[in-house]
Amino acid sequence: MTQLALVIDLNVCVGCHACVTSCKEWNTSGSSGFMTDENPYGKDPTGTFFNRVQTYEIGEFPSTETLHFPKSCLHCEDPPCVPVCPTGASYKREEDGIVLVDYDKCIGCRYCSWACPYGAREIDETQKVMKKCTLCVDRIYDESLPESERKPACVLACPTNARLFGDVHDSSSEVSVTIREEGGYQLMPEWGTKPANHYLPRRKTRMHIHEDELQRADNPLKKEERGPSKPVDGPTLDDSTSW
Amino acid sequence: MHPAFSVIFLTTLIGVGQGMFLALFTGQSYSAVELLPSQDSTQFYGYGAIIALLFLIGGLIASFFHLGRPERAWRAASQWRTSWLSREVIVLPILMFLVFVYAVMHYLGWDSVLFTSETGARLQLTLIVATLGMLATFALFICTGMIYACLKFLQEWHSPLTVINYTLLGTASGFVLATAFSQHNAPELMRFYGIWSTIITVAALITRVASLIRNANLKSKSTVQTAIGVRHNTIKQKAMGFMGGSVNTRDFFNHASLVLMKSMKWIFLLLVFPLPLVLLWLGMHENNATLLFSAFIVQYIGLLAERWYFFAQANHPQNLYYQTV
Repeated sequence: MTQLALVIDLNVCVGCHACVTSCKEWNTSGSSGFMTDENPYGKDPTGTFFNRVQTYEIGEFPSTETLHFPKSCLHCEDPPCVPVCPTGASYKREEDGIVLVDYDKCIGCRYCSWACPYGAREIDETQKVMKKCTLCVDRIYDESLPESERKPACVLACPTNARLFGDVHDSSSEVSVTIREEGGYQLMPEWGTKPANHYLPRRKTRMHIHEDELQRADNPLKKEERGPSKPVDGPTLDDSTSW
Repeated sequence: MHPAFSVIFLTTLIGVGQGMFLALFTGQSYSAVELLPSQDSTQFYGYGAIIALLFLIGGLIASFFHLGRPERAWRAASQWRTSWLSREVIVLPILMFLVFVYAVMHYLGWDSVLFTSETGARLQLTLIVATLGMLATFALFICTGMIYACLKFLQEWHSPLTVINYTLLGTASGFVLATAFSQHNAPELMRFYGIWSTIITVAALITRVASLIRNANLKSKSTVQTAIGVRHNTIKQKAMGFMGGSVNTRDFFNHASLVLMKSMKWIFLLLVFPLPLVLLWLGMHENNATLLFSAFIVQYIGLLAERWYFFAQANHPQNLYYQTV
């Protein structure tokens, strides 16, 4: 079984919001209709987004770290939003594990958004239907695009390559290997939703230099170094021979 | 959670309708075994069922205001295998139909006695419909309560107390209405309903206070640490990613001050439980319809406050992601 998902590397994300804007750009131009933007230049701008980048401060000054945290639908393997939907508009695809909303069936009752602990679902205030990240399902299978571009818009936009896309059920895929080897984790594991999207933790790259690495006992330079030659008492070759 | 008035009115109005119908069913089954004098079909059961039906219709209308696309509401009956909301959407019209049939049968006098026991107990045709209606009523209470109780990460709701409270509070308000209604239409039953109203209201007080105590001692399973997966005791959100607000900031926060929250709790505890009971017993003592109806109205207003508090108190884990602009 395939389960497409994103792996987001928090070690690399710089919080530039490029994934947010490219997501909005791609999806607002999509076949399923625009994504609402009310008062985009006014006092209280509001609208529908599938992806947000948040910022957290970890620790207390002066020993603080800034964490930029992109958040979108996690395409849970056991999605709590799907069984509660009264119309069947919310569903999880068998073939690739993407959780989608059928905008033609949704009645806008908001129950699925109550049932998502991550707040990944946002109702579109104009179309009055629930919307969420589609993992760019209209893009990743589009054969009119070159194969390298058949990825979610956010993945392509990320300037630091913090977003990986692939099948987390294929144990040899790039995303699976990364999750395994770089300590990929899931959000709110306490609810048993088994999010397909994983996050890679912040990883400090430290140099460990031991003292004897600075003062190497077997320093080859020292081995080859010659001390000053001692003065010679006896007759030298020069003394005994005369030309 | 943000208390949505459509849902507050839906749950309280159908609660009254269901309780009123249960009161009629109780009255008729008592009189079937001759524990109570039988009542006029049209004046009491017919009109009473119509009143119950009107409350159910009122709740149904209120529910449509909650929907973004009400014209597609019929689709909501399709997922009854998994969704409690879908089950409610099915059971509510079934109950309304049964109450309607019950009202019509009483009104037109289609109430033949099917069976009479040696002791004089009569099984009437309407009682069979009423029994089906009673089953539908309890099924509807369970569906309505489970819509909230099944959401496991809304810990304030995820408890059998949610279903019990919906059932008892709805039934209590229906019985209080039945008491006021019987004062004019079936005076012999007024005390019977008054006593049952008191018993159910006191039972509801016990279970509602139990859920208040439970919720006061809840410890949230999710923290900002599990939300973003960073193990550090001090994590502060600095930006939620936007400044103008979104559905996430509007729908999931109650936007109520601490003072309002606290006062609402005492308001509903006062308006739902002691005050209506005082008015009810005064009304029965004085045989005064105004007092009896004011008991119902006071309790209903209290139930609106109770439902508001029920929603406002629930703390959705997604709020952890939206702590600061």
